[in-house]
Amino acid sequence: MATKSTTEMPSVGYGAAILRVIKSFGLLRESWVGMIGAFLVLFWVLVAIFAPWIAQFDPNANILPFAKPGTMAASGHTFWLGTDHMGRDLLSRIVWGARTVLTFAPLATLSAYTVGILMGLMAGYRGGLVDDILSRISDIILSFPVLVLYIIVIATIGASGFNIVLAITFASSPGIMRIVRGLTLDLRNRDYVAAAQTRGESDWRIMLFEILPNARGPLIVDACLRLGYVIITIGVLGFLGLGLPPPDPDWGGMVNETRQMAMVFPYMTLFPCIAISSLILGFNLLADGLREISLRD
Amino acid sequence: MNDIQEPVLVCKDLCISYYTRAGEIPAVVDFSLTVKPGETIGIVGESGCGKSTVAMAIMQYMGANGGIKSGSITFKGRDLTTLNENELRSIRGSEISMIYQEPFASLNPSLKISTQLMEVPLAHENISKEEARKRSVQMLEDVKLPDPERVMESYPHQLSGGQQQRVVIAMGLLSKPSLLLLDEPTTALDVTVEAGIVKLVGDISKKFGTSQIYISHNLGLILETCDRVFVMYSGEVVEEGTINSLFTWPKHPYTHGLFSCIPLPTTDKNAAPLKPIRGQLPLPFERPPGCYFGPRCDHFKKGLCDKGHFRMENVEGSALDHRVRCLRYKDIDHTKILSPETVRESLEIGKRVLNVDGMKKYYEVKDSSFMAMITGKNTQFVKANEELNFTAHESETVAIVGESGCGKSTFAKVLMGLETGTDGEIRHKGKDISDIEVRDRSTKQIRSLQMVFQNPFDTLNPSHSIGGQISRVIRQFGIETDKKKIFNRVMKLLDTVKLPRDFYFRKPRQLSGGQKQRIGIARAFAGNPSIVIADEPVSALDVSVAAAVTELLMDIQRKHKTTLLFISHDLSVVRYLADRIVVMYLGHILERGTTEEIFAPPYHPYTEALLSAVPIADPEITKRRIVLEGDLPSAMDPPKGCPFCTRCHRKIGDICDNELPRETLVKDRHVIKCHIPIQELSKIEPVIRMPEESERIHVQ
Amino acid sequence: MVLLLLKRIGFMFFTMIVVSIILFMLLETGLTGDPATRVLGNFASDAQKESWRNQHGYNQPVVVRYAKWLGNFATGNLGTSIRYKGPVKDVLLPRLWNTAILGFWTFAIMIPLSLILGVLSGMKEGSLLDRSISIFGILTTSVPEFASAVFFSALFVFGLKWLPGTSSMSGGFEFKQLILPAMVLVVYDFGYVARMTRASMAEVMQSQYVRSAILKGLPYRQVIIRHALRNALIAPFTVIMLQINWLLSGVIVVEFFFAYKGFGALLLEASLNNDIVLLEACAMVAVVVAVGSQTIADIGYTFLNPRIRFT
Repeated sequence: MATKSTTEMPSVGYGAAILRVIKSFGLLRESWVGMIGAFLVLFWVLVAIFAPWIAQFDPNANILPFAKPGTMAASGHTFWLGTDHMGRDLLSRIVWGARTVLTFAPLATLSAYTVGILMGLMAGYRGGLVDDILSRISDIILSFPVLVLYIIVIATIGASGFNIVLAITFASSPGIMRIVRGLTLDLRNRDYVAAAQTRGESDWRIMLFEILPNARGPLIVDACLRLGYVIITIGVLGFLGLGLPPPDPDWGGMVNETRQMAMVFPYMTLFPCIAISSLILGFNLLADGLREISLRD
Repeated sequence: MNDIQEPVLVCKDLCISYYTRAGEIPAVVDFSLTVKPGETIGIVGESGCGKSTVAMAIMQYMGANGGIKSGSITFKGRDLTTLNENELRSIRGSEISMIYQEPFASLNPSLKISTQLMEVPLAHENISKEEARKRSVQMLEDVKLPDPERVMESYPHQLSGGQQQRVVIAMGLLSKPSLLLLDEPTTALDVTVEAGIVKLVGDISKKFGTSQIYISHNLGLILETCDRVFVMYSGEVVEEGTINSLFTWPKHPYTHGLFSCIPLPTTDKNAAPLKPIRGQLPLPFERPPGCYFGPRCDHFKKGLCDKGHFRMENVEGSALDHRVRCLRYKDIDHTKILSPETVRESLEIGKRVLNVDGMKKYYEVKDSSFMAMITGKNTQFVKANEELNFTAHESETVAIVGESGCGKSTFAKVLMGLETGTDGEIRHKGKDISDIEVRDRSTKQIRSLQMVFQNPFDTLNPSHSIGGQISRVIRQFGIETDKKKIFNRVMKLLDTVKLPRDFYFRKPRQLSGGQKQRIGIARAFAGNPSIVIADEPVSALDVSVAAAVTELLMDIQRKHKTTLLFISHDLSVVRYLADRIVVMYLGHILERGTTEEIFAPPYHPYTEALLSAVPIADPEITKRRIVLEGDLPSAMDPPKGCPFCTRCHRKIGDICDNELPRETLVKDRHVIKCHIPIQELSKIEPVIRMPEESERIHVQ
Repeated sequence: MVLLLLKRIGFMFFTMIVVSIILFMLLETGLTGDPATRVLGNFASDAQKESWRNQHGYNQPVVVRYAKWLGNFATGNLGTSIRYKGPVKDVLLPRLWNTAILGFWTFAIMIPLSLILGVLSGMKEGSLLDRSISIFGILTTSVPEFASAVFFSALFVFGLKWLPGTSSMSGGFEFKQLILPAMVLVVYDFGYVARMTRASMAEVMQSQYVRSAILKGLPYRQVIIRHALRNALIAPFTVIMLQINWLLSGVIVVEFFFAYKGFGALLLEASLNNDIVLLEACAMVAVVVAVGSQTIADIGYTFLNPRIRFT
């Protein structure tokens, strides 16, 4: 017996777990759609991280109004994308805007997911009255036209980063709850859940360790889609003048401020629109690639 | 059948492959088959052996990634592989029809049965709608469906599983095809319902002269339905012959191995245990050179069996069409294999550990129909368990047998504390646990009552490693707390269930079904339980793997003197391993007693029908055929009197409809719940008759 | 069946009531700030606010105020707009009509287009058409409405000079001015509906009953029309009904961008100008339309699906 014991005790390491995550993203190589998406997302993430080094101007400094793309500034740097009506460098604003959107969108999505997952697990696993109440609440919130809901909420509590995160959490966690609830309803009937129950595990342990990990596939895909959608929402709110208070750069707000001049200076609106569209496209393509891979095996 | 007749279907040297991203996967290799008019051919094999692929190839419906690589399929003189889509369409459904495994999935949920039936003759023949309707109704009558007019106007979901399958069969027969393909047509059905379908299938060729190809994993079913049989293993036919020849003198080691894996009435868990085939089915791209069965074969000879590709050859001194794909079949003497070391001592039965007394479990169901709203009676009770009484002793195996909806799983849930009983007691070692939920039980109680689950693909959490899952059990049961000790404990458990130790690091998806089930057993036995409930632990596994898991389960039980509650629908498995049997129907125990008592008269009429319904893969055993009418009643709306009265073939009158029979003691612990007096029941002939030892020609 | 209908309609009214309570709490109570300050502005004196409160009955108990408020809604008395200095009804109705025109054209183009393309690509999964529609769908849903409005204006207004850049209809109704707003809405929504239709169709095509229909030897057209479409179009029906809800959001952006005098633009104006009475009316109309269409979607789904219809 002792001689047979060649198997060593495993060293528990997070390195292995991280390696696994990287490996599973490596699977993306098999889907070129997903690859393009990942590339776009990665591009904007890098831009956001290195914003201070990429942007050559203060995004809020009024330097030279109505400069055409390629104009040289007094400082010797070039306005590669031109300036807006207040003389602010568009490239710098877009670069810093990436940081804004890539801070608030993941934050809002994360917060919506935390609430949605907890609600969904409770409703799906416990069932009964808990399920009835949570489901009715989410039905009611979901029956609102989203943007109307945002406008009313933002109009009453005011526009700020925190309030936007709050509003998005409020409006999108019911949708996440529905997905999680559906997955939980399916997963809770699996034999391994029954096995956990019969060995006396607590409800929370079963929800978080036995059920949630097996729901991750569809949830990751949904999270990518939802991130794209949250970015649209933040952009639209900015565009409607309900976004982050000026002057900090925000892509939607930039379009709003300059669209009256689009007739004469189309580049002022065009560039922020390209920026936001490409980032959303990145997340949507990534989601599509991930789904394709998950369906394969 | 007459040999001069032109064969209906000839498959010659057929090779079928699937093309995937990983490359070409040969699914079927070198397959030849001839079907004569009126003949029923059986194709038998374990999952993944290519039997369904053959059926799809005959229908010429291979999907986008499958294709016939070489060979021909000739149907009435035309090679099907050369036909275009239009020509195929005129053959499909009119000359060749197919019946599928899941009747519900193959019927369109949003079309009435009448539409789905009538469109078959309308598409193939130039007839009027009235004519098509008349013929459909007639056909529904021919497949013995009560009230065909009502069935015509129904949607599929309004019919029961057995009725749906009859509708699908009627649909297949509507334009009088020459060939009918049946792909596991009864696998999704209950045994007593299956028996009815099997009888129907048997009558078809007599009545319509249709040739049939019957695909199944169940040798017993093949025996009951077919004239000739093909045994497939890993994409090739390893043996073919007439039923009599092949079932009496199996030549290929695989065929022989299969017979040793199924619990026939001649096997016994102590004197003549099952002999599992070692190893597992190779994946298509892992097939060895030479004989595909080589690595699992006891008669494998190096240098001979691992080279080249073998052809089928005629078996010398046997019927003309008994052919086998084995080079050594002449050298193998199957009579010699039984080694005496496999004979086991029978176990001493210990003291009583479980006492179920008047246990009841009702579920409350809200009735939301309009009538219930008006009458105000909007809660109904589903009586899942009604007055259960039985006991189990240490080292004893008690089997709970019944079809779907009989309440056997509900009982398991109450016992495990996942549900609480409505009334009565379940005493485990003297303590009533029927109304203590699992979260309120002590660790000691929890770990002494464990369960092995049914579905191997569900029993382990796919997100966690094997080692992690077993470790968690040990920690949760408080057996060990030290990491190192837990690890050693897991290693020991892996040894116990005969799995390699490095499975510790594997994820469930890297394991085969049988291996997962072994882990499930290890998990249940981790805390030395006094009672283990096994809920159909092998019903989802292939026979060769199932035998190994069954033997393992019994070995461990033997070692730990555990009480095993074995839940099953399969009486042959139960006969093999149980000491005592409890027969359930619609929440009631209709009969209970020792295995010998259950298998001999006096029977409860339901036990009698159940015994008759289970197919037995031994041509020398004769059965009395009892086919029950109709389907299982819904547990929501059970009959008022005896639960079995709606289908009983021995019903004696109004008393059956109106009064619930009492338990009658036959002797000792043998109890029958029936209105018919025991003396009457004792006069019934045995259902299964085995020949005397001296009469047997069969070597087993 | 009857009960299901009643239940569904009952829930519709329940939702409307709850929503109205939420609206009332948000806009009419001190929960999110003083309504008097919101209406009169930050510089109003306390005395001014107090007299405003008295005049508009804000000093009464909350429950009484809510009951009155709801009663007014139910009887069609929507109150007076502060900004437009007139009855809300007179402002609201023409705006709603304009949006209805825009919505009609959007749906009239989007539904057939996305259903046909979705069904075609679902029939042959993995085909060139399927792949292109799927990629095109992702592309269009990735561009927010305001961005596609910018792109289309750049192309059709400033580049090709084919279409007018605003749709204010100041010189009377002109169909040309409707094209760009409708186009933006169609393009954004098309991808979603087409992809849902495709998924539903693809699933049905994989089903065993379609396989058994093919193996019954039915003509391909019959397999598609009788067996596949009937089941495949149940899910898109619900999706399309839910698009009415989505459209209510979409029109806000589009009408604002193109200065189209519709309901969405009115709602936005009301909120930006703190015109509470108008905002409440707009929000209630939006919710009634959204919840109503959802109820129809649910009932329709029940009706289309025989497994629920006959139980």
